[in-house]
Amino acid sequence: MTDRKPIATGSDWNFEILHEFEDEIARLADEYRLDTYPNQIEIITTEQMMDAYASVGMPVGYHHWSFGKQFLAVEQAYRRGQMGLAYELVINSDPCIAYLMEENTLMMQVLVMAHACYGHNSFFKGNYLFRTWTDASSIVDYLLFARRYIAECEERHGVTAVEQLLDACHALQNYGVDRYKRPSPISAEEEARRQKEREAYLQAQVNTLWRTIPERAPVDGELETVAGEGEDPLGLHAGGRYPPEPQENLLYFIEKNAPLLAPWQREVVRIVRKLAQYFYPQRQTQVMNEGWATFWHYTLMNRLFDEGLVDEGLMLEFLQSHTSVVQQPPFDSPHYNGINPYALGFAMFTDIRRICESPTEEDRKWFPDSAGSDWLETLHFAMRNFKDESFVQQFLSPKVIRDLKLFMVIDDDQDEMLEVTAIHDERGYRRIREALATQYALSVREPNIQIYSADIRGDRSLTLRHVQDSRRPLARSVYPVMRHLHQLWGFPVKLESIEGEEVVRRYHWPLPEEDASAE
Amino acid sequence: MTYFIDRRANAKRKSAVNRQRFLDRYRTHIKRSVEEAVNRRSITDMERGEKVSIPTRDISEPVFQHGPGGKRTIIAPGNKEFVEGDRLRRPGGGGGGGAGEGGASNQGEGMDEFAFTLSREEFLDFVFDGLELPHLERKNLVDLDEVRPVRAGFTREGVPARINIVRSMREAHARRIAMRGPIRRALREAEQALEAEERKDPVLRNPSRIEELKAEIERLEKRLEAVPFLDTYDLRYNNLVDQPQPSSKAVMFCVMDVSGSMTQAHKDIAKRFFLLLYLFLERNYEKVELVFVRHHTAAKEVDEEEFFYSRETGGTIVSSALSLVDEIIEARYPPTQWNLYVAQASDGDNWDDDSLTCRDLLAKSLMPRLQYFTYVEITPHAHQALWEEYERVEAEYPERFAMRQIVEAGDIYPVFRELFRRRSTQ
Repeated sequence: MTDRKPIATGSDWNFEILHEFEDEIARLADEYRLDTYPNQIEIITTEQMMDAYASVGMPVGYHHWSFGKQFLAVEQAYRRGQMGLAYELVINSDPCIAYLMEENTLMMQVLVMAHACYGHNSFFKGNYLFRTWTDASSIVDYLLFARRYIAECEERHGVTAVEQLLDACHALQNYGVDRYKRPSPISAEEEARRQKEREAYLQAQVNTLWRTIPERAPVDGELETVAGEGEDPLGLHAGGRYPPEPQENLLYFIEKNAPLLAPWQREVVRIVRKLAQYFYPQRQTQVMNEGWATFWHYTLMNRLFDEGLVDEGLMLEFLQSHTSVVQQPPFDSPHYNGINPYALGFAMFTDIRRICESPTEEDRKWFPDSAGSDWLETLHFAMRNFKDESFVQQFLSPKVIRDLKLFMVIDDDQDEMLEVTAIHDERGYRRIREALATQYALSVREPNIQIYSADIRGDRSLTLRHVQDSRRPLARSVYPVMRHLHQLWGFPVKLESIEGEEVVRRYHWPLPEEDASAE
Repeated sequence: MTYFIDRRANAKRKSAVNRQRFLDRYRTHIKRSVEEAVNRRSITDMERGEKVSIPTRDISEPVFQHGPGGKRTIIAPGNKEFVEGDRLRRPGGGGGGGAGEGGASNQGEGMDEFAFTLSREEFLDFVFDGLELPHLERKNLVDLDEVRPVRAGFTREGVPARINIVRSMREAHARRIAMRGPIRRALREAEQALEAEERKDPVLRNPSRIEELKAEIERLEKRLEAVPFLDTYDLRYNNLVDQPQPSSKAVMFCVMDVSGSMTQAHKDIAKRFFLLLYLFLERNYEKVELVFVRHHTAAKEVDEEEFFYSRETGGTIVSSALSLVDEIIEARYPPTQWNLYVAQASDGDNWDDDSLTCRDLLAKSLMPRLQYFTYVEITPHAHQALWEEYERVEAEYPERFAMRQIVEAGDIYPVFRELFRRRSTQ
């Protein structure tokens, strides 16, 4: 501690200093076996950061008014001082792009490098969801392809037509993923090369399916299933439902089966679907991803301090900032805004390390496999193989529950009171853990809606089914979404909410004339 | 492997397109806010942005979501005194909004209004949206003495300062190829002949032929060398010609009655009207000059401060101002170089005999030279002689003469729009 030789002091930074710090952080990260993509660190201005924000972290985005809205919202909040801009933004790409704002202090730049370039970066590279669903090396190329393609469509078909189509696709973008099927990785080259080919092929396929529609396909012929069972002589599968199995990937179904879409429209649907897929892992790993990055910036900063590479002033500034990041306001505080993923994730990773290094009796009972094991190994294992839901289920310890004083409340609209059903005690740990894990499950956070049938022989209407969970109904936004869906499908769209086996609610679009007033 | 890239100098405003798309999409909402702002604001205040609010429901991007109701399980932090089995009253009341946390909202759309700020440019764009000054096609080219040099290809003659090096070198290159080609060919032939001759058996060689060929080769090489690298023919000069320019200069005469009958409220209204016109002209011409002429019984050219804020009393003779304008145009603003606009504001009072003189002045002398004449009468009362005479002028010059009545400040903007609305029917 006595031979402290800080790389730099004060709050000003320059590129040489950043380089030196980066080298040191890289060395330490290597000790902890953090495997990362190469880093591309970009220094940007406030305004550029707002741009980056508005395009939801896509380094190149296609044009759409909703990004403009986002930008205005960010700008307004920033100007009013309601919101500090995030100090960094990191993109899951290879090389991994991290944005640093120029007005950050030296401490902040170092913190951000540790957090983003080694924390998030290694998470992107290691976590199974990201490995399965995204292809970091091709995302930037794909975004470029998407931007160019959509710009071309705007030239050919007009901005309004493309905008309406994108609106409709955006409304469904959370339903653009096959959760249980592995996707083929997206590659821009491939996309561009095959896109023309696909346009022709897709249209042919759809034409076959909808051959009875006069304005599109006057050819005589039989219906053919998409499953590719070949020619199906008239009526052979009459009575069967199409699609035979419910489809959870709404956008995919639209892309392949919507009767009236032009080839370019199918391609746009595909682009939105592919981008939704790219963001799919991020929606499910917020706690883990932020917790992991926060754990590492905390650990790395402390190592830098232990080695005397930063001075006390910088360290104090760091601790102040770190503390506010991992703060969890209680539920009755005016600042309360749900569970802070940074706080929960950081607490959990820190606790895993504790359980490995100095387990208590309780830990041995709860985590027989982890207690006393190599902490680094266990941490990497957790990072690689879980998502928020399973991570909480597996690793939320009684100690973290106690520290955060978590409790469970049942809010039932058939009961005029709320009921506290579990608190941080022996009886409650498991139930709280269970419930919190469920709270992070995408299938619970978002309504479960699937395509149930398309009436390909009758009025061509499309029927969706919403499987209600705990009697929770759909929000009123269901109507505008149905309108968008109707626009894509081109024929009437129905949605049934079912609870158990029973249909409890039906939605139609367009609204049936006699019902329109009732609604 | 780590790279640092300094992007600070890169293009900003990557979102400009998206922002514009947004503004276009919500045009009607934004226009409403802008119109209210124009009516409300004081004139010193026009050159800044404006906060605009749009109801969130008009602007939302809908997705399937859980609505309130049903049975929800909530995990929240910070338990203080609850124990298992406690029953609590619902906070807030109504629905299942409850303790905040929960899967229902992933958009954070708490507020009813989406608020943002238009920049000054965007604000003014909306103010002038759809407006067009009539006769903005500007002065005819024939009677203009304003010219601008423009590029017009290349010439063989010119001053050294305008030599176009690339063109000249290209010409030289072409010439050298053309001039050397035949010489080269002859040279090659001579050399081949010489070689053939020398390869022959010594007995069969023709020494005089060899001499001849050698002399020929020498002569050709000299000629080749004599071809100049750069000749005066090669030189090309950038050509500039003078092109008559539509005038980009405008002058705006603000004429206002400052007699005793004009109250400060009247003047404020007039002020706004002038300001709108000025902002508008400023956006359409590179240079706009302002001339302020105020009058009671006599007219006087004054500066802006005095025009709006000094107090006068007395009767009213409008023609005094018009003839002063006429004199100023004569003296300083030749109509061939300037686009002339006159905006007049008054409460409609005039010396009875004078209105006729005004019409004469306008119809005979002023109108033929002006691009546009606007007259606003700020009065809730019935029109007087001046209005009637002006109506006749309007009948004579319907394209370039406009007049409206204003009663209160809120009327200005609609009147302004009406005066300058795009005349698509023309």
